[in-house]
Amino acid sequence: MSPAVEAGPGASPGQPAAIAAVNVTKRFPGVLATDAVDFCVWPGEVHTILGENGAGKSTLAAMLCGLYRPDEGHIERDGKQVRLRSPRDGLAYGIGMVHQHFRLVDRFTVAENVVLGDPHQARILDRRAIEERVAEIGEQFGLPIDPRAVISQLTVGQRQRVEIVKMLYRGADVLLLDEPTAVLTPPEVEALFTTVHSMTAEGKAIVFISHKLGEVMAVSDRVTVMRAGAVTGEVATADTNQRHLAELMVGHPVEIGTRRGSNIRADVALSATGVTVIDGDQTLVDNIDIEVHRGEIVGIAGVSGNGQRPLARALAGVITPTSGHVTVAGADVTGKGPKAARRAGLSFVPEDRLGTGLVPGLSLTDNMLLTRPRGFIVDRRSARAEIATAIDEYEIKTPGTEVQARNLSGGNSQKVLLARELAGLGDPGGPQAIIVSSPTRGLDIGAAEFVRGLLHDARERGAAVLIISEDLEEVRSLSDRIAVLYRGRIALEGATDELPFESIGLAMAGVAHEEAP
Amino acid sequence: MNDAVFVLTLAAAVGAAVPIALAALGELLAETSGVLNLGVEGMMLIGAVMAFQVGDASGSLWLALVVGGLAGALFSAIHAVLCVTLRANQIVSGLALVIFGTGLSTFIGKSIEGKPLDTDFTPIRWGFLADIPVLGPVLFDQDPMVYATIAIALVITFYLNRTKAGLAVRAVGESPGTADTMGVAVAAIRYVHVMLGGLLAGMAGAYLVLGQVPSWSQDGTTAGIGWIALALVVFASWRPLRVLLGAFLFGFARRANFWLQGEDWAPDIPAEFLSMLPYLLTIAVLVVWGSRDLRRRIGAPSALGVAYDRDER
Repeated sequence: MSPAVEAGPGASPGQPAAIAAVNVTKRFPGVLATDAVDFCVWPGEVHTILGENGAGKSTLAAMLCGLYRPDEGHIERDGKQVRLRSPRDGLAYGIGMVHQHFRLVDRFTVAENVVLGDPHQARILDRRAIEERVAEIGEQFGLPIDPRAVISQLTVGQRQRVEIVKMLYRGADVLLLDEPTAVLTPPEVEALFTTVHSMTAEGKAIVFISHKLGEVMAVSDRVTVMRAGAVTGEVATADTNQRHLAELMVGHPVEIGTRRGSNIRADVALSATGVTVIDGDQTLVDNIDIEVHRGEIVGIAGVSGNGQRPLARALAGVITPTSGHVTVAGADVTGKGPKAARRAGLSFVPEDRLGTGLVPGLSLTDNMLLTRPRGFIVDRRSARAEIATAIDEYEIKTPGTEVQARNLSGGNSQKVLLARELAGLGDPGGPQAIIVSSPTRGLDIGAAEFVRGLLHDARERGAAVLIISEDLEEVRSLSDRIAVLYRGRIALEGATDELPFESIGLAMAGVAHEEAP
Repeated sequence: MNDAVFVLTLAAAVGAAVPIALAALGELLAETSGVLNLGVEGMMLIGAVMAFQVGDASGSLWLALVVGGLAGALFSAIHAVLCVTLRANQIVSGLALVIFGTGLSTFIGKSIEGKPLDTDFTPIRWGFLADIPVLGPVLFDQDPMVYATIAIALVITFYLNRTKAGLAVRAVGESPGTADTMGVAVAAIRYVHVMLGGLLAGMAGAYLVLGQVPSWSQDGTTAGIGWIALALVVFASWRPLRVLLGAFLFGFARRANFWLQGEDWAPDIPAEFLSMLPYLLTIAVLVVWGSRDLRRRIGAPSALGVAYDRDER
């Protein structure tokens, strides 16, 4: 364990904090993003900022690395006040941020990415020296990486290593990791935690940003919990537990309950047989069979980029599968386009809500009209009544029915989309099967819970629901059955309650396991 | 076979390759930074007409060449402003540059239409090397611009692959968003490389009127070389040394008539066909351009043709 575990709240290990935010406030138009926040990390410590989306943790991290400047308060580095005007300034002070979305040039090698924009780099590149140094850093911190590998050929986990090496190469000894595990498989998460601890052993200070309680408990020495821009608690990990952290985060005790279907029927409302999608020389979806019964939720788990998107699009009729068949409520809709799939009773909530799901520049009313049977003249009045009802029922926060969809927050636009896609549920002409991609990505806990409730309700009312999500907890909490997608194939399938968590994790990582469940 | 004529043709091909290579190397710089500039022909015309005017007035070959280059650079700045700062469509802006360049050069060149310019670059003889059969006249008895062009290609290769600045240029062409977050000045780099492209295109045009064709005429001077240069960058997969080689091949094609006229076996290739060639090549390039997959496979910069807007990430 790291040496600074004892340094609980208020305790100082006799040296200045590696980095500290002192009473920082940041305002954006109409929003108080952080409100007089104090935060500090000692050298050799992992300090987590925990909070829901919109709690202010990213804003705080952005101020620590120089992306934003605080309106009030200041940042201290090794006890001295510093002014960070840009992430470049931050790096000059040895503060490096690893973003959720990697900042890498795909065509470049690892080494080229590492030195890109480095102000200390000599004008003429000494490739061999750079590559040696990169490999050396990788070895020292348990980040095995080939300096000559081209980024586009690396896995997501390896790319993250490159990001970390990039910061270490530039001499960062304060590292901010923004939701680093979101894109990783469970074994990769383990490896990351080992790296984190080898960095703290070298005296580096790590700021870990997360909303996942389990990993926060596993990796951090201290946790600062934020809610609505303010710190609601700072605790040593040793003195707390997940339940307590969840309460601090949400403000009231939470129950992440599991829900299963109570009335799964025998008939299949959505099925895929041998669905394969080939793009150029890449097989994106490889011979997939899925059956979703009425009254059932099937969850597709897996790390993103393993074929989720093409699978969803093939099922919804947006693309034509290279081979295989898709049926909706008994009707073969393969290759007949999204309109035919909809007519057969399929609803589709794509992951890309504003763009594929809703048209950002159209009003909420007009967005409702998009999937209505099209006559020559649109019936705007009934659509308006429909969205108005949904605004009340779903508690959608919007100034009105005629605002453009782009003005809504993630949670509210998802609710609008679901209102449209679930309309007529239970009617013979209404949706029979529903495909939902990333149902709660980017939503706060309240909205996410609401959306999960809607999906559960749709199941109970006899719809066949297919959830495609990278959030394994969510898939497990809702689905009756789980299929794990790895490299376009179903690596593991079974009833949720009979699949051990560990096997799911291994299947997500592509580790073939012997005994079939 | 008439060997002497063949060697002469090869030697002439090297000279004919210079303007193609210069223009293509310039375009390569702009495209590597992510900006497609279809206006090569226009920039060459501006460079040519300015060089002619200055050469005619001053009699100085080198002053004319420099002014031609600077005129091309200045002209290309229009494209940089439109495409980098204002984020206009690069294809439309490039075509506008061709049309504007054609018109403007006709206007500037009104007084000198058909007038001969009595200048020529003096060849450099590399001592006894120039006496080697075939290789001597082809490689070691050429004018200084031939050697300058080869040097420019070598310098660009080194610059793009072995220097910190070159790495930044390639990053800007591949992924401007990444380059920006890593502290690279995206817009500045694009401006500089679009204008370096203009400089080289202007010099290519200048070299044409100073060393290749005897007089200025708006439609006869460049004769589609700008379009060939554009196609060449694609066929050379954005590699400077391949551009050099390709330029020589195209140069040979332009001079092959000398040689073929004297050969019995040679078919009569109509002159109209040769003057059509640049445009056919352009069409071939556009076909390649249409396929994203193909583009990636032959090594086009990923962000080529795409304006960068920091706020749109």
